[in-house]
Amino acid sequence: MIKGESRYQRQMQLKGFGTAGQQKLANAKVLVVGAGGLGCPVLQYLCAAGVGTVGIVDHDVVELTNLQRQVLYTVSDIGQLKADCAAGRMRQLNPEIEIIAYPLQLSNQNAALIISKFDIVIDGTDNFPARYMINDACVLLNIPLVYAALYENEGQVAIFNIPGKDGRKINYRDLFPEPPKPGEVLNCAEAGVLGVLPGIIGAMQAAEAIKLISGVGSPLINKMLIYNAYTNLSYQIELSADDQAHATLPADLDTFMQMDYNWFCGITNTGGKVVELETEEFKERMNSEVYTIIDVREQGETPEAKGFNYLRIPLSSIRKQVPDIEKNKIMLFCLSGIRSVIAGEILQEVYPDKEFYSLKGGILHLQA
Amino acid sequence: MKIEVLFFGRLTEIVGAERINLENISDTDALNAHLWVLYPALQQFQYKIALNQKVIHANKALAEGMTVAVMPPFSGG
Repeated sequence: MIKGESRYQRQMQLKGFGTAGQQKLANAKVLVVGAGGLGCPVLQYLCAAGVGTVGIVDHDVVELTNLQRQVLYTVSDIGQLKADCAAGRMRQLNPEIEIIAYPLQLSNQNAALIISKFDIVIDGTDNFPARYMINDACVLLNIPLVYAALYENEGQVAIFNIPGKDGRKINYRDLFPEPPKPGEVLNCAEAGVLGVLPGIIGAMQAAEAIKLISGVGSPLINKMLIYNAYTNLSYQIELSADDQAHATLPADLDTFMQMDYNWFCGITNTGGKVVELETEEFKERMNSEVYTIIDVREQGETPEAKGFNYLRIPLSSIRKQVPDIEKNKIMLFCLSGIRSVIAGEILQEVYPDKEFYSLKGGILHLQA
Repeated sequence: MKIEVLFFGRLTEIVGAERINLENISDTDALNAHLWVLYPALQQFQYKIALNQKVIHANKALAEGMTVAVMPPFSGG
């Protein structure tokens, strides 16, 4: 007998699902990494469907800008830890299952310990260092990974680490062995995202996990689906192992724990050469003639900056050719304060004697 | 010999279209070179190529009517 069985009647009556499928869900332990845009619907559907143990990892707190797509949270949750908040909601939704909250940042130091307690991992993170770290941990621990990622109005979904028809397992590095350069691929905070897209893609991840566990349907094993919410077109790709890519994986857990995933993804905030300015500090300086101010966003990006003088030199063109800069103090800004730091680091190398500042939180905070 | 090339994610902004048609390109290495001439900014981007919905890891010959997908990594969540 499955605990609280009657609530699952609608899926148990499905052909091929039955008590056996439900029992498999009840026995399953699934770890959801990231309780954000993707993680919210994943958690809701897995818990509602009766997955026996669900772990929730997230170190972030709920912010107002999350509510447009992370529909699990309400205004009164702002400032609360997402892991705790989501765990509370899931216990209300389904008190018959076990919910474990991990209000911490998953890193290569704690990943093996946490992940090895689960049968399946779901990646709902929003950055490349976390994605490569989770991928590598799952490969080394031999744990299936349900992957998804978003860009504006498109989403990718795939299942990794399960042998395909040819007996070979695929992981994220078979697709992308090395990460893109910082700023090359924008995340939701940088590029924006259609609010309903993580809902759709997260629900797909939940569906793939449920199919995988219960044995119904054809899960996306060794396949990647790309969905476009604007056109409603979806495109499926057959994946295959790449021996050269395999060599980029850490050889064992010891090597894994010695990795620096931020450095691997080209993120070098440790130097501290580019000084991040709070909005007020930026405002105090923005009309001073001492500073050159540069908008490093690409052509046509909005909102337009108003109320001060600035140059427009997109990060993509700074990468190609470093511009001439007359003044010795330079303030950079972009949409959310990530690309302006990257631009500052590139410029700092060429102009070691100049001072570079970046507007923290970007134009979004300045003109909020 | 005609082929269709599909672009995803930010690459559609670089190319200015979600799909283009090309002619007389012998293999995927030649396709890359051709795309970089047409859209120089593409060289700065990482992407994976699939031929008729199968990912490839090395240069492959192109044939009439093939569909090539050019897919960048995504990070958002």
